[in-house]
Amino acid sequence: MEAGGDPAAPAPGDAEDLEDTRLPSEEAGDGGGVQEDPTDSEDRSLEETGSKTKDQPPSLLSPLPQSESPSCTRELWDPAASENNAMDDSESGSGGQGGDPSDEDWRSKRKHVFVLSEAGKPIYSRYGSVEALSTTMGVMTALVSFVQSAGDTIRAIYAEDHKLVFLQQGPLLLVAVSRTPQSAAQLREELLAVHAQIVSTLTRASVARIFARKQNYDLRRLLAGSERTLDRLLDSVERDPGALLLGAVRCVPLTRPLREALGTLLRRCTAPGLALSVLAVGGQLVTAAQERNVLAECRLDPADLQLLLNWVSAPAFAAGEAWAPVCLPRFNPDGFFYAYVARLDAMPVCLLLLGTDPEAFHDMATCRRLVEDGMHTLGAMRNLGEAASFSNAPSATAPSYSVQAVGAPGLRHFLYKPLDIPDHHRQLPQFTSPELEAPYSREEERQRLSDLYHRLHARLHSSSRPLRLIYHVAEKETLLAWVTSKFELYTCLSPLVTKAGAILVVTKLLRWVKKEEDRLFIRYPPKYSTPPAASSASTDQASHNGLFTGS
Amino acid sequence: MAQADGRPQPGAGQPHVFKLVLLGSGSVGKSSLALRYVKNDFKSILPTVGCAFFTKVVELGATSLKFEIWDTAGQEKYHSVCHLYFRGANAALLVYDITSKDSFHKAQQWLKDLEREFLPGEVVVMLVGNKTDLSEEREVTFEEGKEFAESQSLLFMETSARLNHQVTEAFSAIARELLQRAERKEDQTRRGGARLALNQGPMGRAKCCAR
Repeated sequence: MEAGGDPAAPAPGDAEDLEDTRLPSEEAGDGGGVQEDPTDSEDRSLEETGSKTKDQPPSLLSPLPQSESPSCTRELWDPAASENNAMDDSESGSGGQGGDPSDEDWRSKRKHVFVLSEAGKPIYSRYGSVEALSTTMGVMTALVSFVQSAGDTIRAIYAEDHKLVFLQQGPLLLVAVSRTPQSAAQLREELLAVHAQIVSTLTRASVARIFARKQNYDLRRLLAGSERTLDRLLDSVERDPGALLLGAVRCVPLTRPLREALGTLLRRCTAPGLALSVLAVGGQLVTAAQERNVLAECRLDPADLQLLLNWVSAPAFAAGEAWAPVCLPRFNPDGFFYAYVARLDAMPVCLLLLGTDPEAFHDMATCRRLVEDGMHTLGAMRNLGEAASFSNAPSATAPSYSVQAVGAPGLRHFLYKPLDIPDHHRQLPQFTSPELEAPYSREEERQRLSDLYHRLHARLHSSSRPLRLIYHVAEKETLLAWVTSKFELYTCLSPLVTKAGAILVVTKLLRWVKKEEDRLFIRYPPKYSTPPAASSASTDQASHNGLFTGS
Repeated sequence: MAQADGRPQPGAGQPHVFKLVLLGSGSVGKSSLALRYVKNDFKSILPTVGCAFFTKVVELGATSLKFEIWDTAGQEKYHSVCHLYFRGANAALLVYDITSKDSFHKAQQWLKDLEREFLPGEVVVMLVGNKTDLSEEREVTFEEGKEFAESQSLLFMETSARLNHQVTEAFSAIARELLQRAERKEDQTRRGGARLALNQGPMGRAKCCAR
């Protein structure tokens, strides 16, 4: 808005800043986000330069007293430790209250995530008000620049039961301070997801431009309203691990003919500039169709898809038809797509149409009506409704299934990610897991399970000594994690199960997944508006595409 | 531009179509007003992402008209997308929160914005003070609002989306005003007036930040 130019405006100091807000239209000028970004590699290299930092002599990190004991061996099994603090964290209230680092409640949080500018200006904090944290954030900036002045990059500090993970992304610094059993690598992934979320609303280019122009800019102005999305993202790690941990999306269980019919429908309903259509229910994928010409060369990254799924499941999209710019950070961090988002037929079914034209709202709305009509013809609304009500939880907003469906007594929960998907479906890593039922209905129990999964994941994927199979007897449950060339699996079993019993359960589970594979996963992701003999660049997919377009 | 959809299309049994935009700073209740009016529903909703679009057919005596309502995000980062949609608008609701002086000033800024975009009298503008249910925390008096509205010849109303107070009335008042203007305009056109091409606002301004 341009109102800032008026000298009588109540906040004249904002005048200059306001101009920064016209981001999407500027971006739109250069093609709305479909170009590959030439500077994409910058961040990568930045990360790599830091890889040696862990081996830094402790003296370099001396500004922080604790860092003198860089105890990388803190990955011990200690399930009890995580339980002690579980209670306080069920409260997810953010912002507003507390924030003073001396505040006991604030200190007792298991994990803090901060985002600040290079100049040390607070941007986001999961808990407390950022204003009260200026000093704390100042210390973080000091740490980072101190190490930087030695020509290096700080990556993590291990201090007693705390891990501090630092991630610099352009002019933004992200810091996690955690007492959870998550590994530094997992925390980094989380910070990357937070950064991606910020980029998706602002684009990396505008963030860089803003800070290039005004180093002490207060980015909170532009992020206003997005903090809740960040809160939700961070909470999901503790409440419903899987997506972020496995880097995969969760699909709505659906019969293959119906899913393929829906895929065909999406493929048929196109609009000018349409790049991606997604049908989702409660943050889970029903099916997605990509425009080949736009997305074939640089495939849609699962992290981007997950980001979109999180985004459209926000309550803000519950009413009306929404039209908003969104950036896909992995695809092109510097450009905007324009997203049409609507709930279909007052159902929890959500349609996302992503295009490149900032003025295509009405085209997209027309396209939506086509999709809606098509779904009525297919009777898909009813089927999706049934899928959503298949779960045991009465208030389930997302379709899910009970672990009972597996028919393996003793099995409480699992995460299964297939790895044997045909090559041309690599673009869509998926996982499945049943809903969390008792004894994991309470917040702190879920957190404990999430912690256990994170520990197992960290061990399987340890960079120094990766494992393939872990059988772990915890206090209240027994877990078995197993990674092969065909799948990655985490199971949570009753504490009374024997080792032989566990293997039996897992065998049963694997058999069940194999049987239900077509329903649980999208085996043949559709593409649309593809000329049958596609360009040479993507012939490998074209052949499959022609074969599997379904009914 | 979406202007074609925004212009009133009188005649042939088709209802007039009017485009209405809701403007104002964050969390003053724009979406709540829209939701209350269109779906007669109230829930605390998160900040709007981008713009949200609603339609509602209104019966006013013998005539009916269709509102295309653009509910815009109060957050700065989305102003530019919303901008696209206020070009063809026939009416604007400038919403402020009666418990926030700042939001009242922001509404006045939005008015300046609108004036830059439209010719005087081209858009029906109503100033709306929302959240009368929180009147004990009131920072902007009814008189203040009314006075400002009158000085700028805007319609004025105080509403509560939560209590469903004056919401429909506000939209209906706009609808009546729009219909009257449309009739006047039709009269003019019949008499050979030609002012249809005047709806393009000054164009240069949009580029000011492309430095």
